[in-house]
Amino acid sequence: MELICPAGNLPSLKAAVDSGADAVYIGFQDDTNARHFAGLNFNDKRAGEGVTYAHERGTRVFVAINTYPQVSVFQRWQQAVDRAAGLGVDALILADIGLLDYAAERWPDLRLHLSVQASATNPASLRFYHENFGIQRAVLPRVLSVKQVEQVIKESPVEIEVFGFGSLCVMVEGRCLLSSYATGQSPNTFGACSPASAVRWKETPNGLESRLNGVLIDRYGDGENAGYPTLCKGRFRVQEKTGYAIEEPTSLNTLSLIPDLMRIGVSALKVEGRQRSPAYVKQVTRVLRAAINAAKKDPDGFSVDAEWMASLQQVSEGAQTTLGAYARPWQ
Amino acid sequence: MTAVVPKLALGPILYYWSKQQVEDFYRDIADSAVDIVYLGEAVCSKRRIMRNKDWLRIGEQLQARGKTVVLSTLTLLEAASELSALRRLCMESPFIIEANDIAAMQILQELGKPFVSGPSVNIYNSRSLKKLAECGLCRWTLPVELSATELAEFQRQRPDNVETEVFAWGRLPLAYSARCFTARAENLQKDDCQFRCLDYPDGLLLSTREDEAFLCINGIQTQSARTVNLLGEINRFIELGVDVLRVSPQSRNTIDIIERFTAVIDEPQSPKRFNTELESWMPTAECNGYWHGAAGMARY
Repeated sequence: MELICPAGNLPSLKAAVDSGADAVYIGFQDDTNARHFAGLNFNDKRAGEGVTYAHERGTRVFVAINTYPQVSVFQRWQQAVDRAAGLGVDALILADIGLLDYAAERWPDLRLHLSVQASATNPASLRFYHENFGIQRAVLPRVLSVKQVEQVIKESPVEIEVFGFGSLCVMVEGRCLLSSYATGQSPNTFGACSPASAVRWKETPNGLESRLNGVLIDRYGDGENAGYPTLCKGRFRVQEKTGYAIEEPTSLNTLSLIPDLMRIGVSALKVEGRQRSPAYVKQVTRVLRAAINAAKKDPDGFSVDAEWMASLQQVSEGAQTTLGAYARPWQ
Repeated sequence: MTAVVPKLALGPILYYWSKQQVEDFYRDIADSAVDIVYLGEAVCSKRRIMRNKDWLRIGEQLQARGKTVVLSTLTLLEAASELSALRRLCMESPFIIEANDIAAMQILQELGKPFVSGPSVNIYNSRSLKKLAECGLCRWTLPVELSATELAEFQRQRPDNVETEVFAWGRLPLAYSARCFTARAENLQKDDCQFRCLDYPDGLLLSTREDEAFLCINGIQTQSARTVNLLGEINRFIELGVDVLRVSPQSRNTIDIIERFTAVIDEPQSPKRFNTELESWMPTAECNGYWHGAAGMARY
């Protein structure tokens, strides 16, 4: 099982390579990728440097071009595919059918991975992308239990990559419009969820309020830790109850599942977080590398090291973690 | 080019209603002026009050009354059993299928059957549309977050044999999850949900902490609290050559809404005269921001 790590800039890429990633994934500096944040991501020169650095050390580089280009801007996404191909990267991570069609036709020898943003959760969908575009790997949305992942792998025509650590999307990726409903910008169209430009913080007599394009996402009392107002992790009222109606601020952490994921045939474990710091990338890569190595060496005797858990806890959203949909009770 | 007058479609019931309510609903629909009726469960595989044979029976009754029937399929497929059920439905259905996931498209392509795509299938550009048309797509629904400007681009480049449908009335389907939010709101596990969705025939309102109606929980689906209403855009639809307008069912006044849509489609007149009535039939308020290229919840 490979370890795939995020890099939002060159220092993060180097941190991932140096800490034991099998592959690093990056994006360009625009809305062609699902982490379209100011000051983040790679221009062609930096991407070229990154590819050289990684390849010299035996690490592969994937480029995510995984948003959905609209009719009026389709050409810019095509150019992103061409730029990535020109850089000699090892795979493209794509979601859009039109863009997959273009990439498969224009660069038939380039390896294609299906992005989690394509929302493919089952073998029939995977067969569609495999037969039509020759994808060789797919990243599964964070909606399946371990048993369901196992069922998919048994029938899948392609390698399966799953999320192992990082921020948790509660909704099926690629099929969540909550952010554009509130702000006009969604992961599909803009490459960001709950974009920073729509966020406002305000001290009020009722507490510190966070708003997204005017919609109150949360309100914090004295002593409460305020988190980034990601729409699905706010506190809302349903009937008479106010609380985290959709999900708590929490991160996915699959350390304890690593031997199971290996046993069922997961090809690669992905770390979320291109928007995070090089320190995050270094810490998470180091811990997951150690855990995967330990599980490979002795799957039956595997146990989660307390130091690993503590390290990951430090970099988790809300300082708490969950197994997410991998475990039925979460659902 | 002769102007296309859009047909009217009734989307699948996205909520969980009792069998009696479903039967009564479609008995009324049989008498309505709607041209196309989508039947079936698109949200949650645990909702089984209506079995396939029930849907097929209702479909035959509607067909006998001159309606074009489409069978809707599940949007989020997780278990292997859900995929086998989908395959069976695709094989056995005498009606055309609405694919709400790529899985259904793949299966129908293998079977050599044409299909329609629902609003949750991501078709964001013409190249995607063209590719899917080659696979058997004969009508597609514009993803709800795309604007009139984008639709105009699509229409210019649309393959000849593909019709276009727009979600024109209803609470917008916005997201899907492995988690059931209705069960969560009721402090229940999804595996023991006790079918609480039956208690909320128009979903369960989610408000902000300052009581602004924001979203609507419908099991594993999240919808907008506000209702999209694009009846006012009728002239634009005609100008763009939109073939079908979709009204999404709600527990009350669906027939009234269909009547107002039909009135405006059949006889060019200002839809404004119906605004007050239509608004009174919305569970909370109106929105149309997506159509104008803005936040979906906005109203223009």
